[in-house]
Amino acid sequence: MTTDHTLPVPHLEPVISLRDLRVNYGEREILHGISFDVVRGETLVILGGSGSGKSTLLRTLVGLEKPNSGEIVIRGRDLAKASTAEMDEIRRKIGMSFQGGALFGSMTVGENVALPLREHTRLEDSTIEIILRLKLQQVGLEGFEYYAPSQLSGGMKKRAAVARALAMDPEILFFDEPSAGLDPIIAAGIDQLILQLKRAFRMTIIVVTHELASAFLIADRMLLIDKGNIVAIGTTEEMRSSTQPRVRQFLDRIAEPEISGEMDYLQMLTADRPHPQSAAGKRG
Amino acid sequence: MEIVSHIAGSTLDGLGYIGSLASLGARAAYDTLVAPFHGKPLRLQRAISQAMDVGVRALPILSLITFFIGLILALQAAYELRQFGAMSAVATAVAVSMSRELGPLITAIVVIGRSGSAFAAEIGTMKVSEEIDALETMAISPVSFLVAPKFLAMMVMVPCLTIWANAMGILGGSLFGVTQADFTFVRYVRASIDSLLLRDVTSGLVKSVMFGITITAVGCLEGLSTGAGAEQVGRSTTRAVVVSIFLVVVVDLFFTTLFFFAGSR
Repeated sequence: MTTDHTLPVPHLEPVISLRDLRVNYGEREILHGISFDVVRGETLVILGGSGSGKSTLLRTLVGLEKPNSGEIVIRGRDLAKASTAEMDEIRRKIGMSFQGGALFGSMTVGENVALPLREHTRLEDSTIEIILRLKLQQVGLEGFEYYAPSQLSGGMKKRAAVARALAMDPEILFFDEPSAGLDPIIAAGIDQLILQLKRAFRMTIIVVTHELASAFLIADRMLLIDKGNIVAIGTTEEMRSSTQPRVRQFLDRIAEPEISGEMDYLQMLTADRPHPQSAAGKRG
Repeated sequence: MEIVSHIAGSTLDGLGYIGSLASLGARAAYDTLVAPFHGKPLRLQRAISQAMDVGVRALPILSLITFFIGLILALQAAYELRQFGAMSAVATAVAVSMSRELGPLITAIVVIGRSGSAFAAEIGTMKVSEEIDALETMAISPVSFLVAPKFLAMMVMVPCLTIWANAMGILGGSLFGVTQADFTFVRYVRASIDSLLLRDVTSGLVKSVMFGITITAVGCLEGLSTGAGAEQVGRSTTRAVVVSIFLVVVVDLFFTTLFFFAGSR
């Protein structure tokens, strides 16, 4: 179960497969050889603490970071070797919901959702309007197309961002910390939305989070990442019954041992310091 | 020895920066001029709304500033000219120095303050809130979506503003001419126009186009290279203003020298 990347159901073709993925920020290696597969229609939750490399992993999966070595094959194409045009083609088949929503402040909610359609298709305005209504309905935001993103609450912003990610009917949907900064009720609503998308469209969904309750609710499989390495990967049951110390520590929410001496403290500061760019995604 | 390596390092950094500006400019030029012929949309609507922001909304403050500058020029010119009893040359002095130099330069500085800084702040904020990343994951190039319309707007609007600034400067000069130098308004304006050669105006306009390109490139590059966190947006904006002013002066020096040797007046 450890860094085993075999498929949950062996005969299924993987939609995403990573082989020995290494990513650096400058001199520092953040991901030290990550390998796993994701099959069509499954929901994989990537768990990990702050600075574990989980955000970097997600950013690399959607092509925002270039890997140093290794393969990321999405729908048969290696992201690491893809040209700009090939990259754009892959990106039209994926949707990404960012932590803070990342809606364009200068546009209304409707314009935000319609943007990918206007950019990548030659659909009539009336058709775009219909798709837009449909997507907003799917996320429970019907009637909000004329609102500015600043007029929406945190949960509504995330829903609008999901609607935008759904606009091009993606095959794979990525979520960065979907419940970060939301109260428990709103966060549960977002979990429900993810479950609905999974059931209704059989979408492949990858979620990065550190919210355990939400992870166990939505995941088919889970992956725990720590200091840039996969600690464990398996189904929710396998994770629950895991005896691996690091998994237990994470799932049972056991704090790191107290720092005793000055040397320990210095070592912790130099070894585990999260990179400024990965810390940037930790708002909210 | 350490000083030499320090100077060499800074020079290389500077050249690298100019290289990034040129590459950003070239990508935007491609998106504006070439890509529309390959079926990519030219974002005219966005360019027009940028042009409104950059151009039309700058008119009140630019008018006021260049009116005063014209008046100041007239006063300064008259200080020298009256010793030779050549007060009638005030109109020429104001018209030529506005069109050749101060019109383009003052316009550039106003545009840097209003728009160059705004570009850096807008793009920097989008960078910090992951909106630039969102564009990329939607397979929309931030350069063609955000930067190219700004280039288009600036290349059209900065020369337009410069013509307006020249006119307002001459108008400011005329206030002095009419009240202190025995001109009538019509005679002052006619004297100004008569004193201008076409190349005085065109050299100023060529410079203003280059200023527009420089300001946009710096503003957008600073915005795109914003680090993480809100305070970085402030840093980018400040850098955009300072670097733009410096580079506009350098570009000005370059083109003024070129025009000086190309056609001596």
